[in-house]
Amino acid sequence: MRYLPNSDSDRAAMIEAIGKKSVDELFDQIPADLRLRDRLNLPGPLSEPELLEFFEQASRESARDYVSLLGAGAYAHYRPVVIDALILRGEFLTSYTPYQAEISQGNLQAMFEFQTLIAQLTGMDVANSSLYDGSTATNEAVLMAMRLTHRDRVVVARTVHPEYRQVIATYVQHQGVEVVETPYAPSGQIDLAALEAAVDDQTATVVVQSPNFFGALENWAAVAEAVHKCGALLVSVITEPLSLALVRPPIEADIICGEAQSFGVPVAFGGPYVGFLATRERFIRQMPGRLVGETKDSQGRRGYCLTLATREQHIRREKATSNICTSQSLMALNATIYMCLLGKSGIRALAEQNLAKACYAADELGKVPGAAIPFRAPHFNEFVVKAPGDCGELLAALREEKIIGGLPLERFYPELKDHILVCVTEMVSRRALDRTIEVWHRFSRPVTEKVADAAAVG
Amino acid sequence: MVDRIKNATPHMTRNEDLIFERSTPGKTGAELPPLDVPARPPERTLGDFYRSDIEGFPEISELDVMRHFTRLSTWNYSIDAGVYPLGSCTMKYNPRLNETVARFAGLGTDHPYTPEHLSQGCLKVLADTQRALLEITGMDAISLQPAAGAQGELTGLLLIRACLRERGDARRYILVPDSAHGTNPASVTISGYEALPLKSDSRGCVDLAELERLMTGEVAGLMLTNPNTLGIFEQDIERVCDIVHAKGGLVYMDGANMNALVGVARPGRFGVDVMHLNLHKTFSTPHGGGGPGSGPVAVKRLLEPYLPTPTVEEQPDGSVRLNYDRPRSVGRVRAFYGNFGMAVRALAYILAYGPAGLRQATEDAVLNANYVKERIRDCYDLPYDAPSMHECVFSDRRQETRGVRTGDIAKRLIDYGFHPYTTSFPLIVHGALMIEPTESAGKPELDALIDALRSIAQEAEEDPALVQKAPHTTRVSRLDEVGAARKPILRWKPASG
Ligand SMILES: Cc1ncc(COP(=O)(O)O)c(C=O)c1O
Repeated sequence: MRYLPNSDSDRAAMIEAIGKKSVDELFDQIPADLRLRDRLNLPGPLSEPELLEFFEQASRESARDYVSLLGAGAYAHYRPVVIDALILRGEFLTSYTPYQAEISQGNLQAMFEFQTLIAQLTGMDVANSSLYDGSTATNEAVLMAMRLTHRDRVVVARTVHPEYRQVIATYVQHQGVEVVETPYAPSGQIDLAALEAAVDDQTATVVVQSPNFFGALENWAAVAEAVHKCGALLVSVITEPLSLALVRPPIEADIICGEAQSFGVPVAFGGPYVGFLATRERFIRQMPGRLVGETKDSQGRRGYCLTLATREQHIRREKATSNICTSQSLMALNATIYMCLLGKSGIRALAEQNLAKACYAADELGKVPGAAIPFRAPHFNEFVVKAPGDCGELLAALREEKIIGGLPLERFYPELKDHILVCVTEMVSRRALDRTIEVWHRFSRPVTEKVADAAAVG
Repeated sequence: MVDRIKNATPHMTRNEDLIFERSTPGKTGAELPPLDVPARPPERTLGDFYRSDIEGFPEISELDVMRHFTRLSTWNYSIDAGVYPLGSCTMKYNPRLNETVARFAGLGTDHPYTPEHLSQGCLKVLADTQRALLEITGMDAISLQPAAGAQGELTGLLLIRACLRERGDARRYILVPDSAHGTNPASVTISGYEALPLKSDSRGCVDLAELERLMTGEVAGLMLTNPNTLGIFEQDIERVCDIVHAKGGLVYMDGANMNALVGVARPGRFGVDVMHLNLHKTFSTPHGGGGPGSGPVAVKRLLEPYLPTPTVEEQPDGSVRLNYDRPRSVGRVRAFYGNFGMAVRALAYILAYGPAGLRQATEDAVLNANYVKERIRDCYDLPYDAPSMHECVFSDRRQETRGVRTGDIAKRLIDYGFHPYTTSFPLIVHGALMIEPTESAGKPELDALIDALRSIAQEAEEDPALVQKAPHTTRVSRLDEVGAARKPILRWKPASG
């Protein structure tokens, strides 16, 4: 087998050196009736060309030829080729968690840079070096807020990503926690009056996302006031951190967490992505996940190491702040390289393009007879639009043109029948947008004509 | 002393500042195509929400970025560079082909909310991976949703809890052997149970009498690693499962050490009810300096109704669908379907080896560990002298008399050109040296590792300070970890003034 370095004569020499007659003897310690008698029933072995063909077949049965207007927590942005040239370097790809600092300075410094970039973007004091993804980062933020406040009531805006809310529900189901969801206002933002009514002196935290699941930007100052008045902590969730290049970060929050997939990490059918969590200096000892700190070596040279490990499972075991061990370092490196490549001006230019394209699409779709833009709050690169008729049929018509037209919201919000969440990044060309708009118009015509006919008959 | 070191010499290592210290105003490393829709002045569009600047964000050219990260990379040890005998971590070769196929259009680019009939390729990869892992483990059903081993543990515990709750059987504790990995007790806490420590016996295995004593109606189950963290197969596993089951509990198996069992024995046969796998160990998905991982949870039929939603299900017509209609499920543990890209790589690994190859890999892993153990046992203390599976665990007792601890020996191993073994784990071994060569070390390299370990044992006798102050050949010497924790500096800040 091409991956195995030992030859049969190597094996024979080793078996002899340990005083055995055959390799089978090494497995004698497993009771005979527990040992597998037959071969595993699996295909293979496959050579490289065969493997390429196998996965090429899978690749063919995909949406690779489609234009996609899907966002909802996973964003397709252009990935500069430098990212893969770097993250495929074996020194990054095939190294372990940097417990041995002297031979892991590359990973440690890169993680320290990631922590700094996230802190700069979010306007927080500190960030950790990654969590699994946005949904679990949000959950970790909730658990952290509960530890900090010693309270056990959690208020979550209904406009937080529905799957993130499901993850929170799963994690706290045996913690004796009450989770309350608060509604959205006609603007698509959180309903402030309902929020004020929901928060009380037992509330550990209020979780709000911005841009929220409808793409709407939240008014942080007002939200924070309602939350802090009751001594609760504000957790702000961000699934599209590119927005932070143009949108003021929620510095009123106590914890900012979310998903950094948007920074050049492949959409890859949902993962691997990279969660982040940033907070205030005074909360660091309750943070989950690994932290890299700056220090000096025995000769006074600057270096980096994992730090504050007494929060973590390998030291604190059942008293740890989280059970996380392996996290998402390579994807954090991917995001770091992406942020560095774009830099201060590039990330703004990119965000401006996303904003302009989404505005163009929203304006044009909003003009389609029978369609409507229900929420009026400002958005970044995502927005909700109501279809002029059955959205399932409209999306099918778009698929005829090789366009995936967005996410039907009814699945998560039964009251939003025929509402579609549309995301427009720089990856969607004007041509594709115009084709989309044309299909919407074509689709709307029979509907409005029918309505007119009905009116005429009436 | 230096002439003993055959495997490593210092190589070129460049100094490199932080990326922020390389920044010069006006530079960028990415250019965009022209905007093809009318521009929208963001100040006006966003109003009060508008942000004018990201303070401190770097400004660098593409070449600067390339050089910066390339230089950083050269400061890391890696599997690609050499043997990585890190116990419990299974640092095996990560085939590059797997990286190629994971990036294929569709597999690397399909959105998780793509309509199911358009993403059959991705769904079939998930289904194929599930089928292969079930065949390897001998379990009945599986979820690929957990993002790493620790999340798999938590998921498994939630399954146990859901099952017992349906029986109206609220219990309080989970038994966790004192040799267990730290994530085990930490996961127990999050699941809402309390971890009850279970002492190991003189063999380093589950103490059956102690288990009988502690396994009461208040105990929901046992978390067991098999082979355990000493690299020893728990021979009484069936008896262990019987004891737990007889008292109405369930057995969780931490499958982090599956590299000792693939193609040789199947946990489904042992009597365990639920287990997790680490695709980033046994199935070669790259560790990437600390993730991504993937921690699939496999169960017996009994626990199938509780698996996280959605489940990935093959239909009679060969298509694959996501099933969200699972009223007894514990819920969702992660957004979307888990670390899909890791499933692609694991499947490529399994297919590349095929059944005979997978068994060969296991045999090599076990042979390598036993070979190393046999060849250094006269130099290091072996506290549990039972047959080893894929790893062996020594103690630093002998070297400690000279003031040399496992951490020192580990650092000295760096000078010899190896990544250290795992230090100080499992906790039941005094000053543990936990060595797992994996199948990805050929005999000549193992001989060099053995020579190094033997040579260090001698150095510890003759010149303990040499070992205590190691490493001597790295870019930086030992770092002040105490100082780092006392006054944490967790980000770069511009020099003031
Ligand atoms: C025995 C054992 N159990 C559990 C884990 C946790 O796995 P992960 O790091 O993927 O969360 C590890 C690995 O670190 C391990 O070695």
